[in-house]
Amino acid sequence: MSAEIVSSRASSGTLHKPKRTLASTVSRSVGVAALALVLLWVLIFARGTSAEPAIRNPGEFLVTLLDGLTLAGLLFVVASGFTLIFGLMRTVNMAHGSLFLLSAYVAIDVQQKMVGKARNIEASDVNIASWVLPLFAGAFLAAVVGLFTHFIFLRWNQGQDLRQALLTIGISVILADQMLARFGGLAQKMSWPGAVTHFIKIFGRRYAVSRLFMLALAIVLGFALWFWLNRTRMGMVIRAGVDDQPMVRALGINISLVLAVTFFVGAFLAGIGGVMGASFAGAATGVDGQWLLNSLVVVIIGGLGSIKGAVAGSLLYGIVVSFAASYLPSDYTFYSIILTFALLALVLSVRPQGLFGKAP
Amino acid sequence: MSTKRVPPAIEGIVVLLVAVLGISAPLFGSSFFVNFVLTRTLILGIAAASLIFLSAYGGMVSLSQFLIAGVAAFAVGNAVTTSGNGLHLGWNPWLGMVTAIALATIVAVIFGALSSRTTGIYFLMLTMTFSVIGYYFFSQVTTFSGAGGVSGVRPPPVFDKHPSRIYYAALVLSALTYAGFRYVIRSPFGLAMQGVRDDPVRMAALGFNVSLHRTIAFAFAGFVSAIAGVLYVWWNGQIDPKSIAIAPTLSLLIIAVIGGISRLEGAWLGAFTFVAANSYIRLIPLVDKIGITPSRFNTLIGALVVLIMVLSPEGLVGIFSRRPSKQTFKK
Repeated sequence: MSAEIVSSRASSGTLHKPKRTLASTVSRSVGVAALALVLLWVLIFARGTSAEPAIRNPGEFLVTLLDGLTLAGLLFVVASGFTLIFGLMRTVNMAHGSLFLLSAYVAIDVQQKMVGKARNIEASDVNIASWVLPLFAGAFLAAVVGLFTHFIFLRWNQGQDLRQALLTIGISVILADQMLARFGGLAQKMSWPGAVTHFIKIFGRRYAVSRLFMLALAIVLGFALWFWLNRTRMGMVIRAGVDDQPMVRALGINISLVLAVTFFVGAFLAGIGGVMGASFAGAATGVDGQWLLNSLVVVIIGGLGSIKGAVAGSLLYGIVVSFAASYLPSDYTFYSIILTFALLALVLSVRPQGLFGKAP
Repeated sequence: MSTKRVPPAIEGIVVLLVAVLGISAPLFGSSFFVNFVLTRTLILGIAAASLIFLSAYGGMVSLSQFLIAGVAAFAVGNAVTTSGNGLHLGWNPWLGMVTAIALATIVAVIFGALSSRTTGIYFLMLTMTFSVIGYYFFSQVTTFSGAGGVSGVRPPPVFDKHPSRIYYAALVLSALTYAGFRYVIRSPFGLAMQGVRDDPVRMAALGFNVSLHRTIAFAFAGFVSAIAGVLYVWWNGQIDPKSIAIAPTLSLLIIAVIGGISRLEGAWLGAFTFVAANSYIRLIPLVDKIGITPSRFNTLIGALVVLIMVLSPEGLVGIFSRRPSKQTFKK
């Protein structure tokens, strides 16, 4: 691993080095200054915002922080699948958002069948089983579609990353159109199980337990992913494959199987994210593109192919999104998207390959 | 060079034929064909040409071209309208045009500078992200547009006389775009750009500023996209965020892919195929019997892209080219 990093630095970094250091010193100090200003603003000066400064209204601050963390949990689940697939196969799966939405729709369908109502499903109608079973149904289907894509369209052209990206774009267009035909254009929502839909009090403010449930689920999944990659034999092979695939192949390991399993798990994670997202915000046409964007932002910030990067990227992005909504002056909250762009620009100008990414 | 040389004589004949057909189209084509299908083809072709210019000669597959066109279109809309959404400044249309193109080019410089240190798939992801952020920007920021978009945009009075005047403007600008790109490709800058595409490390060693070359190329392509954006809003009369959403953004790439992403001509060929398929699919007999209806057009287009990517990544143009180069698709 360390040899890989050294060699990639040597091949692409050295020639730009003098310029890059100057540029990065400047942008680094700009970054630090910007961060300090943002902190000061949130803590003390944020008058005229919907949240008020944090020292005057700590409850609001805490709630916003929790919103950011819970959103980061969902972002992580989706983006970790994206980055896992890229890390091993160098495949940018542009259909990742479509798998997310497909799983969401299927899970909603299954839940409706299980509860026996097509509309107005109350949280009290939903027990744990009628949330978990749709979750597995949706995620499994997404994973199967992903695996199918891998075997038919992506396995034989590994290394041609643009061709693969365009193939998956084609597939995402087909999937989006077929889902529109099958599930219609109206927004649908999945219901959380009744057990997690109550509220708790935080600094005198109500907070939905379902969001905390989402965060807990993300943490469990993240831990499972960490365990799988770092403590099992297959995880070891995957990490070795990320660094040097021909060598792994030469050692007599059946890498095709490992690739298939990785693609399956990556798509499965998109599917789980889809069901969580459908319970959290609903499913509708266009959500696929939105979640492709979210995955892209997370991995661009964190670095493509790195799970650690997916954690960092999700946290940064989730927190920026939630704070932008509460701490921009009330007349300007619709500019929050600019802050996402600013975050991207900031990270890119300091580290073009993302926080934990290797130099391409 | 990634292009195959076509004998000059054949090239001359083809150019002449296309020019004659283009100029005389209003004489024989229906109004719908000329003022909708062909005009739309030319406008999309200009935008797609800027994408192909960047990808074939700069190694940068950009998904921001549609957004940059959109920025220009929104700028025109904000500048020239007198009421409705946006700033409605009520400027002279020509002033609006110049401001819009300048503004969009500045945006292109910023995007170019931000993404110039990445290549290949990273570049594609990054420019796509910019695009989608741009879409949300225009949907959310009601100061400039909001979800409804800017409508009632009038082109300069000179285009009022006859609808095919916009068509001729698009035709002339398409020709200029094509000639301009061909000129730039052969200029010292263009050669350096192709050098940067093939081996950035070596070009840097030779003393070329790699990211500056990429940024300038991106800005130039952005300028051309901005022209397409201005034409689009003049032709369409309105612009809304939906028309720069993720699906249209991808469709521009799809147009380039259908036409052939390694040659400039592919832009207009792809655009024509795309627009014609979109407009005339229902006229093909029995096509609805096999489940292809106009509302399932996207499935067809998606399948076409997958098919092209599986069979011939060079697209339609590649079929005519005997020695397909896979430059763009190599790692």
